[in-house]
Amino acid sequence: MATIRPKRKRKFPTHILVFLAPATILYTLFMIYPLFDSMRLSFFSLDKQGNEFFVGLQNYITLFTNELWWPRLWGAFKHNVIFFLIHMVVQNSIGLLLAAILTSRLVRGVGFFRTTFFMPTMLSFVIVGFIWELILSPLWGVAKDILGVFGLEHLYAPWLGLEGPALIALSFISVWQFIGIPMMLFYAALIGIPDELIEAATVDGASGWKIFWKVKFPLILPTVGIVAILTYVGNFNAFDLIYTTQGALAGPNFSTDIMGTFFYRTFFGQQLQLGNPTMGATVATVMFLIILAGVLVYMYGFQRRVDTYEL
Amino acid sequence: MVVSRSRLRQGLAKITVYVVLFIAVIVALFPIALIIMNSFKERKAIFRHPMTPPLPDTFSLIGYEKVIERSNFGLYFANSLIVTLGSMFLILFLGAMAAWALSEYDFKGNAFLGIYLALGIMIPIRLGTVSILRLMVKLNLVNTLWSLILVYTAMGLPLTIFILTSFMKQVPKELKEAARLDGASEYRIFWMILPLVRPAIATVAVFTMIPIWNDLWFPLILAPGEKTKTVTLGAQQFLGQFVSDWNAVLSSLTLAMVPILIIYILFSRQIIRGLTAGAVK
Repeated sequence: MATIRPKRKRKFPTHILVFLAPATILYTLFMIYPLFDSMRLSFFSLDKQGNEFFVGLQNYITLFTNELWWPRLWGAFKHNVIFFLIHMVVQNSIGLLLAAILTSRLVRGVGFFRTTFFMPTMLSFVIVGFIWELILSPLWGVAKDILGVFGLEHLYAPWLGLEGPALIALSFISVWQFIGIPMMLFYAALIGIPDELIEAATVDGASGWKIFWKVKFPLILPTVGIVAILTYVGNFNAFDLIYTTQGALAGPNFSTDIMGTFFYRTFFGQQLQLGNPTMGATVATVMFLIILAGVLVYMYGFQRRVDTYEL
Repeated sequence: MVVSRSRLRQGLAKITVYVVLFIAVIVALFPIALIIMNSFKERKAIFRHPMTPPLPDTFSLIGYEKVIERSNFGLYFANSLIVTLGSMFLILFLGAMAAWALSEYDFKGNAFLGIYLALGIMIPIRLGTVSILRLMVKLNLVNTLWSLILVYTAMGLPLTIFILTSFMKQVPKELKEAARLDGASEYRIFWMILPLVRPAIATVAVFTMIPIWNDLWFPLILAPGEKTKTVTLGAQQFLGQFVSDWNAVLSSLTLAMVPILIIYILFSRQIIRGLTAGAVK
């Protein structure tokens, strides 16, 4: 027995392979391989027969310096930053506010409110996009009527069709849809705070407002970080809402173009422009680097510093 | 005096809080309610009195008749169901198997594989679309439901494995050791442990199901054919085409929305419990 053992140990146990292989193979083939292959493709071009040939950094040079490409890339990036900032400020602070209210013990029927606030999140971008397109439509006039209730009728404009306001309107539509996610994450973090801590502060005579900012908020900082990075990755990868309401051209006049729609147009094409897979791969790689930069900032700049406060 | 003042303050706080919540409820529900309500009205009433519910003299199902006549919503629903359920099954089953191996066995490369499989949590699979499409063309899977199922499975596995691994680590050792002493095979033990992590599986199911059902990107690129359209893509194209026919648009929106809302309301307790439990992890 003792003599066979070393041999047996070296052989990888079959059952572990059986458990791991299917998931690992599927994941590698349909996720990891395409991601790397896309990066590889960004250094190639296609000739008329569709054969690949190596072009080095030419695609990147085109993307960053060509007068047709660069303004589109820069515009998409800029709009995406605005899109993200609106989510960070509006979505995440309202989410935090609602979570704070629901965990403050002042409210009855918490379950009803949670369910309601999370409801829009369940719907697809397509549905949400069209719902708001109809509500904001000057043809239907519902938005105007609602403003009229507050005497603000004159403020109405067909926002989705105007270059300046369209992006902001779309950001708010997306905020409306996704407010449930930060709310739920903050809610889970807030109910996880031990009661003794809050009771101690209450006995000391601190007000609810003070308790929230001095006791609770520092304790949920890790969740703030998670919400921020989830928002960042989600926003820089967004596509569906803009495509549904504004089309692939992200109108009017590209004013709502973000990285996702730019990527789609580049590699799949649209009315006037043929799809270009290798340029698409180049845009995808740039998006990957943007997302990676955010994740690294989160991991090294935020998570490490905040961990010390964790319970 | 002090007591009454603090009581007053609490009363005021309560009122403020309920006002905020009330406004938030209206903002969340009004758009949804408005669409559903108007989908049951005739065209004139939709435009003249959008805010009133359908009354006997304005009630009409014309929009629904049009949608059913002119589109294949039934087929799209079936496609979405097949894709979502098929991917869910693969994600949960293969994910649980991998999570079990990672949490239970000490083998060389365990930590590395754990990190490798977790990479996909943060990297959006969309960025690989160019190559995914080329791969599907090579495999002859374009315009099949399989292309979607395979991609969604790859997309859902990382988070599933990550969450299930941490849950499976908490299963008491004694249980597994007792089973091993009884001579149970490793496969039997896995099968035995599976029901113990049911809550975690439910959490993961919710996390993965919604994005798959709602996705527009991959159906648009991998399976845009009429026979393989999902509800989300079908609704998007139908709505784009009939954008001026308000009855049809409102009814198709309602048709696409209501099944999800019913499922959500029925299971909202489990869904939300799963979400909060998953968030704490």
